[in-house]
Amino acid sequence: MTHRLLVTGSGLSVLIAAAWLSATPVSGQSPAGPAAAAKPYKTPRTVDGQPDLQGIWTNQTYTPLQRPANVTKEFYTLDEVLAAEKRAAVREAAVSTPGTTGDVHYSGSEFGLDKSQGTLARSLRTSLIFDPPSGRLPPLSAEGEKRAAAFAEMRKKLGRFDAAQNNELDDRCITTTNAGPPMLPYAYNSNYQIVQAPGYVMILVEMMHHIRMIPLEDRARPPQSVVALTGVSRGRWEGETLVVETTNLNPTTVFGGIDLDAPLDRPAPFRGVSDKLKVTEWFTRIDAESISYKFKVEDPTTWSAPWSAELPMKQTIGPLFEHACHEGNFGLYNTLRGARAEEEKAAAGEKKPN
Amino acid sequence: MAKLLRGFGCAAVVGACLVFAGGQVIGQTVTYKAPRLGDGKANINGIWQAMNTANWDIETHQAAAGPILALGAIGAMPGGWGVVEGELPYKPEALAKRNENRANRLKLDPEVKCYLPGVPRDIYMPYPFQIVQSQKYVMLAHEYAGAVRTIYMDNHVEAPAESWMGWSNGHWEGDTLVVDTTGFNDSTWFDRSGNYHSDALHVVERFTPRSAETLTYEATIEDPKVFTRPWKMSMPLYRRVERAAELMEFKCIEFVEDLMYGDVRKPTRP
Repeated sequence: MTHRLLVTGSGLSVLIAAAWLSATPVSGQSPAGPAAAAKPYKTPRTVDGQPDLQGIWTNQTYTPLQRPANVTKEFYTLDEVLAAEKRAAVREAAVSTPGTTGDVHYSGSEFGLDKSQGTLARSLRTSLIFDPPSGRLPPLSAEGEKRAAAFAEMRKKLGRFDAAQNNELDDRCITTTNAGPPMLPYAYNSNYQIVQAPGYVMILVEMMHHIRMIPLEDRARPPQSVVALTGVSRGRWEGETLVVETTNLNPTTVFGGIDLDAPLDRPAPFRGVSDKLKVTEWFTRIDAESISYKFKVEDPTTWSAPWSAELPMKQTIGPLFEHACHEGNFGLYNTLRGARAEEEKAAAGEKKPN
Repeated sequence: MAKLLRGFGCAAVVGACLVFAGGQVIGQTVTYKAPRLGDGKANINGIWQAMNTANWDIETHQAAAGPILALGAIGAMPGGWGVVEGELPYKPEALAKRNENRANRLKLDPEVKCYLPGVPRDIYMPYPFQIVQSQKYVMLAHEYAGAVRTIYMDNHVEAPAESWMGWSNGHWEGDTLVVDTTGFNDSTWFDRSGNYHSDALHVVERFTPRSAETLTYEATIEDPKVFTRPWKMSMPLYRRVERAAELMEFKCIEFVEDLMYGDVRKPTRP
């Protein structure tokens, strides 16, 4: 319990995601297709004639990025998903059992909004990844393996509690998986506000008030050496679909530090991608309350093939509140201070042999 | 207050009006007719930036050495005309606190720690910001710290909670975007010189197109805990007209971690 204060929101979600997987029926069901093909939705237009994606959206989901090893089908039935959501809600409530680590941190159901309490962007997919058809990431290339191993080695040498910089990006209030791209759900507050003006689509990510400003023209991009957390994005409309291509992603921070082999929203040290990474996103409004969000990740120096995933964004209630995380980040300071105090205590103990 | 604001705004109908910016007078031709958006409103979309020294000191000031010796001329403060009308009407005890802030600005200025800038400081920090104008919301997206304001153009409600950037309700008066902001905390400053406010701050801003490439920005500041009366500031804002102009990332948290957490960093052993 030395470092129990660092049981973060993201740590909490690991428990939840793991519970979801273990509670999910895994076999013996006939493969069910996606929801019946919907009538094509005529997207309303903004005053300047763009398809209108504006509103407050969430991509909160229980669906893992990668298909669990013991699941073979591509889709669950709606009944299976509803039953699993019910079980998850029970487990989320149980996280705040008095005397548990979760309770020491905080009760998501009391002080925040657990997934089960907010709007869910429900997907019947067994994994967000649909390509490769295995629902799992393609194997790393030889170069990708080497880079990932070197990174893991470096991580081992960095004591998490030695310095602020050795902590995850969310603990440091810099970014979360929500901002991406690709934009993936976080443990909570997976909310977005989309605003459009002539020539621009702006996506405000609630977590860390991250702004994605997407110009709707194929402007020049800065040199590859100039990187940013959310990269440099250029957008265009293809019919009803907003297509966004992003490069110049910071290879040390991309995916908000997500561990691609771990439950979806666990920030962990997968930072093995290269600066050649390119993410393409497709936003298509499929009804009054939903956007289909698909993305493709390409980095030939990391993976043996591109991979693609899909998750819905569901309209939810606003407003987005100011997420002033850094301004109140006492947790990080106190954690480091606690670690120094432990060291001092240990050193004093060593010096006191008699 | 409402009367005061009406008197402050330029008449949008006839002639030219003069806006005071400290000792300067901004000549404003109100005959300028801004281009329209599809909804008929003036189009003030774009990337804008103040070009003055208000973030150093909103009052008229001479050039001075900066607080960090090693930065030399790089860290020095350039002189500049104030952007406020007359003297800031501090209450006596509040002026004492301002002076204390000023003496300790390296330690106390929230900008040093990459904290959200508050209002109206967000407008004249030395970074561009982008206006994204839709019918329901006008967004102010700032390069500095990725700070952002949502201006609610319909469904006006009171601030639901206090915050760094406040809660902004907006409406159009002719071609002028009028923004009424409340719900502030007491943690932000007006500049690097210790000018400050309390949580009673109320800001009314007016963004008026004055040419294709400039806006007139005016703000009325009301804070009865700190000032004896409301006061005003004004300045032009300039469009960033470069073809490549776009907000770059300035997530400055990474740049202040050694400053803020350095004293609890594990000491390196020789």
